[in-house]
Amino acid sequence: MNTIAEKIKAGAILISDGAWGTFLQQMGLQPGECPESWNLKYPDKVLKIAQSYIDAGSDMIETNSFGGTSFKLSNFGLQDQVFELNKAAAEISRKAAGPNKHVLGSIGPTGKMLVMGDVSYEQLYEAFKEQALGLAAGGVDAIVIETMTDLEEAKAAVSASKENTNCEVICTMTFDKGPDGDFHTMMGVSPAEMVEQMVDAGAAILGANCGNGMENMIGIAAEIRKTNATIPLLIHANAGAPVYKNGETLFLETPEQMAGFVNELTSAGANIIGGCCGTTPDHIKQMAEVVKKMN
Amino acid sequence: MNTEELLTKLAECVEFGKVNKAAPFPPAMKGQDGADELAKLAVEMGIKPTDILNEALILAMDKVGDKFTQKKIFVPQMLIAAKAMNAAMAHLVPFFKSGEVKRKGTFIIGTVAGDLHDIGKNLVAMIVEGAGWEVIDLGVDVSAAKFKKCIQDNPTAIVGLSALLTTTMQSMQKIAAEIKAEFPDIKLIVGGAPVTDDFSKEIGATGYSSDPQGAVTLLNSLVA
Repeated sequence: MNTIAEKIKAGAILISDGAWGTFLQQMGLQPGECPESWNLKYPDKVLKIAQSYIDAGSDMIETNSFGGTSFKLSNFGLQDQVFELNKAAAEISRKAAGPNKHVLGSIGPTGKMLVMGDVSYEQLYEAFKEQALGLAAGGVDAIVIETMTDLEEAKAAVSASKENTNCEVICTMTFDKGPDGDFHTMMGVSPAEMVEQMVDAGAAILGANCGNGMENMIGIAAEIRKTNATIPLLIHANAGAPVYKNGETLFLETPEQMAGFVNELTSAGANIIGGCCGTTPDHIKQMAEVVKKMN
Repeated sequence: MNTEELLTKLAECVEFGKVNKAAPFPPAMKGQDGADELAKLAVEMGIKPTDILNEALILAMDKVGDKFTQKKIFVPQMLIAAKAMNAAMAHLVPFFKSGEVKRKGTFIIGTVAGDLHDIGKNLVAMIVEGAGWEVIDLGVDVSAAKFKKCIQDNPTAIVGLSALLTTTMQSMQKIAAEIKAEFPDIKLIVGGAPVTDDFSKEIGATGYSSDPQGAVTLLNSLVA
């Protein structure tokens, strides 16, 4: 199988998957419950999510391992199961994807702050390495480091994945729009800074996820493209902003609305399009149909 | 250095996060005295502690909060400013204890049960403390029982509930209801990424702010 970057260099637009967290909640994950624990407790339910995105037309799917570092798992007393939980996450998604679609091992932030001296860079590197090794052992062919806001933490995760596995490494950060219309992460990182530093660290694919609906993502994609015209670019947008109604959190952007932005997003430079919070297999399906007409 | 110059310099150290002389940050102030040394000097010079608090620390943290709201600075700059503020504030502790300097009020804050995120909550706690409030930080994953115990011990306090996850907004709603059932007159404010003004009204909170500086304005208005 060609790598994702090779397919993109050959001109393809690819479709990624949609939300996992909000999907798990729908399937009964309780607030305060560890999502990754389901990889061993309820593998069939996790497989169902993975399968639903493959069925919707995803060229690649993620794994249920966003909070799979020892730092995050220690909140649930599961810090000794990093390898097993991540390996299981990878195996479940691989089972759904088969040999011909890509599995991206998901790695999220640790919640620790380097700037406050909570942890050292070396500690972060070791934690990400441990997670990446579990994901690789379970059969992922790429690793997606996502929802990052701090450059140093992202760098630790990218380097740890690049230096210890054979996986293609993807890094996406979460940007907010400022009053002047420019984008920064909450730690103050601009899209341009991300590009410069993460390419050096070894990321093959860059992009943005979460925090924004499709409309803002078009602006972010354009910003990234200003700095680097060729790097493969992945966008995982939310289904709009969350709305809370009668005890339920809703993401109201419909599959049709999201699919309506796909052309503009690829024109802005995105090569891989998928969803984050609130997106469903139906969102992915409708976006995949737009992309099918482009390829 | 006269009083005015010293307080101006101290305010600058807090605003730009110069913690002490040894601190390498910010590079432009390398080798200079920081908030720690200047606050100590101010106390030794006999400057009124209230003036140190109001005319240096609160003034500086107010600017920091405003710049953060306008996204001119980001989380790291805010954290480092709060660290400098804490270094200076340490020299005022005896005056808080003796009652010579009064705080604006007591603020109890915590991230609600089921939610383990502390960054937003910490930012609010720091800015509120820097605005002259006593802050009791109950941490993350805080149950209604824990909030209620703390209110019992601090009956005049205002309570702040934080949530990052959309799923724990339900937890926020439950905790707010439990607190209000036992303390009907309590002033309770809410915040966090998914929280909105509408949601705050829906759950009967006294107020909402989308950013730390707004929380200060809100709190100050509640005791005015």
